[in-house]
Amino acid sequence: MTDKSDGLSLSQQRQRAAFWFLAPMLAALFFVAAWPLIRTIWFSLTDTTLSDLYGGEWIGFDNYLSLRILESGRWIWRGTLVDPAWWNAVWNTVRFAFVSVFFETILGLIVALVLNAEFKGRGFVRAAILIPWAIPTIVSAKMWAWMLNDQFGIINDILLGLGLIDQKIAWTASVDTAMTAVLIVDIWKTTPFMALLILAGLQMVPRDIYEAARLDGVNPVKVFFKVTLPLIRPALAVAIIFRMLDALRIFDLVYVLTPNSAAAKTMSVISRENMIDFDKFAYGAAQSTLLFAIIAVFVSLYIWLGKVDLSGESQK
Amino acid sequence: MTVQKVLSTLGFYALVLVIVVFAVFPFYYAIVTSFATGTELFTVNYWPSSFSLANYETVLGGRNFLRSIANSVFIATTTVVFALFLAVTASYALARVRFRGRGLLLMMILAVSMFPQIAVLAGLFELVRFLGLFNTPYAMILSYVIFTLPFTVWVLTTFMRDLPVEIEEAAIVDGATPWVIITRVFLPLLWPALVTTGLLAFIGAWNEFLFALTFTSSETTRTVPVAIGLLSGASQQEIPWGPIMAASVIVTVPLILLVLFFQRKIVAGLTAGGVKG
Repeated sequence: MTDKSDGLSLSQQRQRAAFWFLAPMLAALFFVAAWPLIRTIWFSLTDTTLSDLYGGEWIGFDNYLSLRILESGRWIWRGTLVDPAWWNAVWNTVRFAFVSVFFETILGLIVALVLNAEFKGRGFVRAAILIPWAIPTIVSAKMWAWMLNDQFGIINDILLGLGLIDQKIAWTASVDTAMTAVLIVDIWKTTPFMALLILAGLQMVPRDIYEAARLDGVNPVKVFFKVTLPLIRPALAVAIIFRMLDALRIFDLVYVLTPNSAAAKTMSVISRENMIDFDKFAYGAAQSTLLFAIIAVFVSLYIWLGKVDLSGESQK
Repeated sequence: MTVQKVLSTLGFYALVLVIVVFAVFPFYYAIVTSFATGTELFTVNYWPSSFSLANYETVLGGRNFLRSIANSVFIATTTVVFALFLAVTASYALARVRFRGRGLLLMMILAVSMFPQIAVLAGLFELVRFLGLFNTPYAMILSYVIFTLPFTVWVLTTFMRDLPVEIEEAAIVDGATPWVIITRVFLPLLWPALVTTGLLAFIGAWNEFLFALTFTSSETTRTVPVAIGLLSGASQQEIPWGPIMAASVIVTVPLILLVLFFQRKIVAGLTAGGVKG
């Protein structure tokens, strides 16, 4: 490092420039992420309403849980943590996240293995599977709502034709099938993304390994479980985590595909409903804070357990 | 042996066929429906049976849908330009300059991109109201920074880190300032990465629903996803499936063309955002 005439070393100069390069981005992120988050948490500790955002008073943790003991000696618990609608939403979200990510991983793996093989028309297939990913979520929700329509939907028609069902199913409206409908659409839409992430991992596996295994006459299934799977595990783990975080915050698909169905309502949907539609602004803020806390714990566990070098510092 | 080989090849192509049909069919069916009218909508047609543009006329004839497209184009473009502008300098600092706390900063940026957006909704709602942006496009432009900026910074940082040191060293020896290095040395090399990240951020902003739904209150300020999500018929019971499918096709075709055209770049950008590390 050579010293400059103004007395600052080159690396000091570069660090000073780096600070000014980062400052606008950090200010922007503070403005749209950190500050609103702090305000949301603050709102969750008050009794603010939508019509009077500045009229709220501090009520502590009453939106989460509060206890009132009546004169008769009866205990009355209130707040989100004893709200059956909230726990229903938590259960829906968790179930949705695990089931959808499970199927997306299995199907994504299959699609990625197919795309990793060399065959005629591979480019065409890769283009085709990008289509569900490119379609806006709201549009896919509407497209599938039409296909799953109870009276005129093509899905019921196909299933009836194949003899798999004997009467038409109200997929999005019925309590038993609303969650299934959401899962079908999400799996359809997100498997391509999963497949592409896994494919990127597969392509880093050296081809010689397969060649050697083939010459030795090892069963391809065995090769997959003993060689391929361990090698792509890091890529697979990152893909699963990203999907999981995305699934836990799902909003748009549920809102449009199964409006007002308690069987499919997720944490994001119920928080917004309370916040905006039911004029329980602070109560909804408390629920969204809980969702944030759940995801924060999940991310910390992942980083801590996985010891993943996400910043890529060690690459240098 | 050969019979087995033929069978396994057949099985493989059958699997390929299933994948392609499953991926493409819903969009194909939306196109078929968008050209059907009247009673045709209420019989299930697997093949196009008529070609009527009535649904498209209905959608485009209503003034608000074109307005929604204009809103979405304006919002997504402005968001992307703003995010890229801030991200280029920031990712240069994160990728090429060593300073303390760099790893932590990158982790924080990644964490923001995984944020549940509902967690900031109440606070952003207050901010939007406070700034007087409610029911204007600027409410969305402001709030979309939360997911476009971390994403663009992250991808551009991984991209810049992979560029060789030598190209910068020569400029440093010549006494170039960091600003000159960015604009003269890196920017020309960054164009492909900028196109990819810009496109992905554009798609993200174009598709966003939660903020757009919450921060607009009149039909003229809606973005495309909100307009389609809330499209309803003359009566409450009657859902206008034909026009909804026509609207869906109109907003999806440009996206699909873009994605297919930039296929390789998009796949590279997606995996840089996900698998790196």
